[in-house]
Amino acid sequence: MKPAPFDYVAPRTVEEACQLLSEAGGGATVLAGGQTLMPLLALRMSQPFIIVDINRIAALQGVSKVSGGTRIGPVTRQNDALVDPTLKQALPVLVTALSHVGHHQTRNRGTIGGSIALGEPAAEMPATAVALGAKIEARSVRGVRSIAAEDLYLGPYMTTLEPDELVTGIDYPEWPAGTTPVFREVARRPGDFALIGLVGALGVEDGRITRAGLGWFGMGATPIKARQAEQALLGQSVSGIDVQAIAELAVADTAPFDDHHASADYRQRVGKRVFARALAEALDIRQAA
Amino acid sequence: MSEHRINVEVNGRQQHATIEGRLTLGDFLRVNCGYTGVHLGCEHGVCGACTVIVDGKAVRSCLMLAVQADGAKITTVEGLASPDGALHPVQQAMRDEHALQCGFCTPGVVMTLAALTQDGARPSSETLLDAMSGHICRCTGYQGIRRAARKLAGENS
Repeated sequence: MKPAPFDYVAPRTVEEACQLLSEAGGGATVLAGGQTLMPLLALRMSQPFIIVDINRIAALQGVSKVSGGTRIGPVTRQNDALVDPTLKQALPVLVTALSHVGHHQTRNRGTIGGSIALGEPAAEMPATAVALGAKIEARSVRGVRSIAAEDLYLGPYMTTLEPDELVTGIDYPEWPAGTTPVFREVARRPGDFALIGLVGALGVEDGRITRAGLGWFGMGATPIKARQAEQALLGQSVSGIDVQAIAELAVADTAPFDDHHASADYRQRVGKRVFARALAEALDIRQAA
Repeated sequence: MSEHRINVEVNGRQQHATIEGRLTLGDFLRVNCGYTGVHLGCEHGVCGACTVIVDGKAVRSCLMLAVQADGAKITTVEGLASPDGALHPVQQAMRDEHALQCGFCTPGVVMTLAALTQDGARPSSETLLDAMSGHICRCTGYQGIRRAARKLAGENS
């Protein structure tokens, strides 16, 4: 038994959970899938006084169609989302990204909301939320608010969520039928965190790009929206796109670091190739259709 | 520090216990229940040796608290073979294909393959091999494990 002692509570409702988080005054940690929290507890890098286990709150589970998009309950297991017919149809790129999250065994416990709230910069789920323009619903005894995914992340494992707030839903906007998914990841081994990752979607109508949502992971302290590239793509005709120039812009928004897996320079050089290939691949598929 | 009464079904037997909140499922199964086939390797979710089946799904028992398993049905490697000693099809495939050497990682590998092939399921070799990414083996070089997985998918090795 390696974790330091703590009190464990498993509320049945969101209200109860918010009450517990409020009373703990910052001393509580929320337990969702636990696939990152449990190692942090075992290594005693995290030593909360109270663990608030939200796995028994039924209202936080499942995927639903809502007006304007799709809502994922934060405690939806990654493997359940991976085979969810609604998600497959509405957000195929999210499903592709999910297949790269951890391993089969960790996806059986790991949740969508847990990954998003944790804010690992090299993880797929935060970047997917940023790229697709998701909104995170956060609730506390003080009320409820909606945070744009791109405003959620401050740094590695640091978010704008307050200690008394609980993520109660992730809302993805609708992307029209015919949206082209974009996904590429470079990792040393399957299941490893990405050295370089790109995720997103492109809306194309009558041969022109009408909507672009692109996000990097593993390319800085947070997931990063490729804003300049998105802007440059909007309105362009697919046949006239200068893939290399857009890739250059996309990499300009990144700020990777050196670590023992790869240098920042490597990440940017490979990132440019990754972006160019992913864009060309996505648009070719589109043109052939 | 909180204490909790839990009631878990392990390998078909009801287990009642009063435990600390911080006890992991892996420690509960080994220490409290005596199922030492649950091999705790890294104890932080990297190696996969402690994998067990919880309510039909392969999970790492070091990444779950015992208290979270209250009301669950758990199978460990001890629960696979028939009472007469006949091996489970996954165990037989592992044996036939020489898929183990020191055996430390083996219970985890077996439980993942058993979970994915339970109730007559016949997943593709791609699915089984992909799930093997969640296990680290330092002896075999994985080739025997891969052959066993392919055999379970119905491929001739």
